[in-house]
Amino acid sequence: MIEYLRNNSEIVWQALQEHLYLALLPILFGFVISLPLGYLAVRFTWLYHPLVNTFGVLYSIPSLALFVFLPVILGTKVLSPINVVVALTIYTVALLARTVADGLRSVDPVVAQAATAMGYRRTRRLIDVELPIALPVILAGLRVATVSNISLVSVGSLIGIGGLGQLFTRGFQLFYLEPILVGVVLSVLLAGIADLIIVLVQRAITPWTRAA
Amino acid sequence: MNFSYLTDPAHWDLSATGSIPNLILSHLGYTCLALLFGALIALPVGLYIGHTGKGSFIAINAGNAGRSLPTLGLLMLMVTLLGLGLLPVLIALTVLVIPPILTSAYAGMRNVDQRVVDAARGMGMRPWQVLTRVELPMALPVMFGGFRNGALQVVATATVAAAVGLGGLGRLLIDGLAVNDYSRVLAGAIVVAALAVLVDLFLALIQRLVVSPGLKGS
Repeated sequence: MIEYLRNNSEIVWQALQEHLYLALLPILFGFVISLPLGYLAVRFTWLYHPLVNTFGVLYSIPSLALFVFLPVILGTKVLSPINVVVALTIYTVALLARTVADGLRSVDPVVAQAATAMGYRRTRRLIDVELPIALPVILAGLRVATVSNISLVSVGSLIGIGGLGQLFTRGFQLFYLEPILVGVVLSVLLAGIADLIIVLVQRAITPWTRAA
Repeated sequence: MNFSYLTDPAHWDLSATGSIPNLILSHLGYTCLALLFGALIALPVGLYIGHTGKGSFIAINAGNAGRSLPTLGLLMLMVTLLGLGLLPVLIALTVLVIPPILTSAYAGMRNVDQRVVDAARGMGMRPWQVLTRVELPMALPVMFGGFRNGALQVVATATVAAAVGLGGLGRLLIDGLAVNDYSRVLAGAIVVAALAVLVDLFLALIQRLVVSPGLKGS
């Protein structure tokens, strides 16, 4: 493995960088889209079940199918990384919008009422009271989405853009173990590090959860 | 959107190899075997950890560790090691379903109200009876959640089997892509998504049948 890394450091490094942005860009977009969607599902309760069911179905579309299909829908080139980014953004939203809704629903109504009684308007109450209380649930969902995105990126290699997944297809075509092994190990490591970072951020921004 | 591949009756002939019903059967075959082996491995471990509380660390982290393993990479690794065949696919898919089943079995057992367990002991139940007649039935709803989650993931992921030359509905995606036949790819995507929904409905039905009516209110 070390030998392979030494001889192919450039390819591996490039694959790693590609992997990173293909996985993290969708997380960013997905998070930004999920917050208002999750909020709407809580604000208008009748929206909750239709939204959750729609996302359940979206999540069951195989990633390979979505990667292949988006060019037809979006009019992008088959080899464009946009397809992978959009597909993973859809999965991220499917996972996160529900967690945001569940997190906001977990806020004790008494707390929300107390905030209203203290003079908080709806938007301020959402930002200053409800969102922070929902953060542990939302961040738990973010961890799941981040880790599964990082492992899903490699499926993109079947359509030619897949970060570390390129090492899988390369090794598979040559029937050569080393690149596949390097790809799997790096992908798992990347997921582990990303997960750890979110945990550390969570510890830093929700200190009250440790007091209990 | 071109639905011609999906609606062509020639592609629905069960006797023809590579027809949609045939691919559905092999797809379901991979799914069922992976779920079976996954459950055989993960259920005892998860239940044991949940029942005794020993090794909670493993149960909690198994979920994230499993999710981070790229199934395609694992599959190609296994094929390179073991050669082509059913075994590498089953190993890769089984590894995929173990975490959700294990974690939910653990969480289900932990969620059982300790007072109920105490009451069962107080009524003179033996440890085995407490496990099988009190803890297990009460843990079932959460366990079903994990199992359904795992099933959903395998149905969607079993498509990668086609990437290493095996069957299942992934064939429609891979072959369609290879010859630029998007109508075939669309057929594959629709059938897989429909299959996932049907499998989930089926499991939801079983859940309704086996979960004690006394637990449904909560």
